[in-house]
This record gives sequence, C-alpha cells and structure tokens, in this order.
Amino acid sequence: MQTLLRTPLFERHVELGGRMVPFAGWEMPVQYEGVIPEHRAVRDDCGVFDVSHMGELEVEGPRAREHLQSVLSNDLDKVDVGGAQYTLLTNETGGIVDDLIVYRLEEGRYLLVVNASNREAAFEWIRDREIRGSDTRDVSDRYALLAVQGPRSLERLGLDDAPAFTWAMGEIDGIESMVNRTGYTGEKGVELMVMEEDAPALWDAVLARGATPAGLGARDTLRLEVCYPLHGNDIGLDTDAISAGLGWTCALDKDFTGVEELRRVKAEGPARKLSAFVMTESGIPRQGMPIAEGGEVTSGSHSPMLDRGIGMGYVDSAHTEPGTNVTIDVRGRPRRAEIVKKPIYKRKED
Amino acid sequence: MAAAESYPDELRYHSEHDWARIEGDEATLGVTWFAQDALGELVHYEPPEDGSDVARGASYGEVESVKAVSDVIAPLSGTIVAVNQKVVDEPETVNADPYGEGWLVRIKLSTPSEVDELMDAEKYKAFVAEQ
Repeated sequence: MQTLLRTPLFERHVELGGRMVPFAGWEMPVQYEGVIPEHRAVRDDCGVFDVSHMGELEVEGPRAREHLQSVLSNDLDKVDVGGAQYTLLTNETGGIVDDLIVYRLEEGRYLLVVNASNREAAFEWIRDREIRGSDTRDVSDRYALLAVQGPRSLERLGLDDAPAFTWAMGEIDGIESMVNRTGYTGEKGVELMVMEEDAPALWDAVLARGATPAGLGARDTLRLEVCYPLHGNDIGLDTDAISAGLGWTCALDKDFTGVEELRRVKAEGPARKLSAFVMTESGIPRQGMPIAEGGEVTSGSHSPMLDRGIGMGYVDSAHTEPGTNVTIDVRGRPRRAEIVKKPIYKRKED
Repeated sequence: MAAAESYPDELRYHSEHDWARIEGDEATLGVTWFAQDALGELVHYEPPEDGSDVARGASYGEVESVKAVSDVIAPLSGTIVAVNQKVVDEPETVNADPYGEGWLVRIKLSTPSEVDELMDAEKYKAFVAEQ
C-alpha cells in the first residue's frame, strides 16, 4: 500500500469535517459541507481550495527562455516579468504531457505550476531536454498553494484588482504571498503561493475573511461548467491540442516538440473534437460513456448551476456544431444531449 | 438540508443499506441514512418501471450524487406498484427525509417470508457501526 502525502493543511481539513480521499497520491478533501453548496459559494461569493498538492517547478538560467520555448506550446515571449500564461508540455506526436501555467518571475527565471498527477513526469520531461544554461528544479515541497476564487474573492482578501494572468507579491493579514491572478473555476480569483510553514496561518486568515472551504468535488464541477480540460480525463498523451480545442495555446509558427504533427492536424482538420454538451433528457453523463454518433465522454457530472447533466467528450467532427443532438449511452440507456458552445456556464458580469 | 442520523425501529434493513416498511402484503423501500450520507447530496434518481419485477439482492434503480452513482438494491422481491415521482423531480428529498418523503418505490411482495431475513434496527445499527 502506498502512503498518501498530506499537505500542511491536512489537520485543518479534518477539523472542518472534510471528507478525505486519495487523489494523485495525496490525501485531499473532496468536500466539507457538500459539493453543491461549495460550488455555489464560489459562483456567488468566494471559496478557498487547498491545492498544495500541485507541483511547482523552477527553470532558471540565461538560456531558460530558449529551453522552455522548445518544450512548451505557447509563445513564452508574450509573457513579461509579472505575467503568466496557460501552456502545454507536448510530446513528439502532439500529445499532451501536462497542461500548466508558467509565471515569469525574473528575466531568466520561470515558475511552472503543474498537475499533481504529472509532477514527476513533467519535471523529468523538462529536465531531460535541458540545455546548457538552463537549470530545472522541483521546488514543490517548499510551497503551499491556496486558490481563493469567486466574484468577491479579491474584495474579501483586501487585494486590489489586477488583470488575469498576472502576478505580484502581496500580503494578507501579515503573511507574505505570491498573488497570482489565475484559477480553475472560471471566476475571478487568485492563487496564493506561500512558504509551506505559512499555509495554516494563511488558511485561517482567508476563512476569517469569509471564504467558504471548498473541496476537489466542487473544483471539478466548477472547471467542467466552464470547459477547462482535466489532464487524464479530457487531454493526455494520446490527445492532441488541436482536437482538444487548445489550438489557441499553440504557437504553430515557432519550433517546439510535436509542432509538425500539430500543424498537420490543424491543416487537415481533426477527425474528432473535444466538445461540450448539456443533457436534454434525464441522466448524468460520466467518463467513458459512449456517444452514439461517434465518440466518448471524457468528463461528465451534474451541473449545480444548470441543474442538469453536462459533459465534454471527443465527438466525430461531423456532429460538433452547437445545437446538434447526440445520444449518450448512460449505462445501457440512450439519453439525448445537445452540443453547446463552450463554456457551458457563462459567468455573471462583474 | 441533510437529516440527522437515525434508523427507525419500525423498519427492516438490508446489508446494502436499504430499508423496507412492511404494510400487509406490500412494502415501501428506500435507502438508509448511512447510504445517503455516504453518497452526498443526490442529484438524480433513475427509477424502475411501474409493474416491473424486482428480486431480493438485485438492483432495481440508481441514485446518483455529483461524484458517484450507486445501484439501489431490493431488500425484498416483488412487483413495483408505485414510484416516488417527488424523488425523481427532487432527488435531494432523500437526503432531507430518507425514511419519509424520500421513499423510492412501493412493491407488492412475491415472497413475504423474505422479511424474516432482514435485520431489525438494532442489528443494522451494529452493522453500520462496523462499516
């Protein structure tokens, strides 16, 4: 039996009645009060997630930029110091080793926040492709990460608004933090990166400021409503970025691993596309369910905001126009769904 | 709003966390407090067809929370005579009132002697305590 890792907030989760489950080698809270109230708290006000299980890699050196440009799909030159970017680590066949956010810390120093489940794979992939003048380090154990998300998150934290995909150093109730204007919920919010030992005090401060603790269950329904892909479900080593609808993260005019294959898929058009759908009959779609018109559900759940089943899946390109009806095989029962434009849920205006 | 933990004395219980209220040659069936708590807030109930047969120990429907789907196991054999439409429309009724408004089906018993094989509340409470 593998020993599960615990974040510095483990005791806090248990005290709050969090239901702890194994996730990517970690023991994490899937919910506290319930997935639906936690989901609503993030959509309506402010929720806080412990995402300290995520990996942090630093790539540093005079040629760090050159190194990363060759392994990441997006154009790193669009990121200034103080900026951030969603990007992919791609393999030779155009598949996705991991999806991540890269932050430019200094001129020649970058922080990559990677999925917990891909921490080792991403680190080894980047380190194995190092060039002289660029050094890759896994610094995950030093830091804790709290995602504070929701329309009132900045106000509750006493932070000034800043554009999405930027970062700055800040302070919350005396605790020094890297404040990143990023997230995985589709709402306004920040991800706070702090030294591991400061995490409990920051967590307490954020709760005292009125954030609702939210678990991995709500994190999944929130990201699915706004069609953010989950690596391992919707994207992976065998799916390419173009078919996944992530062509916007691929600078096809630069050289990076797998770019030829991605140019080819783009030119020929993908056979299947990662599409979003909403159930028009009862039933909840789940990962692995066949789509009768050709394809398979990669993520499915109940949408707390729409109060019905929603999902994403790879669908034969002939059937991906919004408004097209498709049929999901829900454990042997054919149930109708309608392809919709992404995102499934559109956030309220500020 | 979730109900407080309880296992009423007048019900009989099956090890798959289903209850039965015996009323003459019929029974009302549902899932126990323990089952709904393990699942979390229910968001879907897939009921059986009226008039279909259910067999003791076999699945007759599904209940689903945001995170998980679970078969509902029949504690007794019989024929479906009623489906609780309120739970189809508002599955969270099961969380709020698992033994009252959150009932799932009524059946006409085909083998009434099966009732003797079910646990009483005391036995079921002891069984749940070991889970």
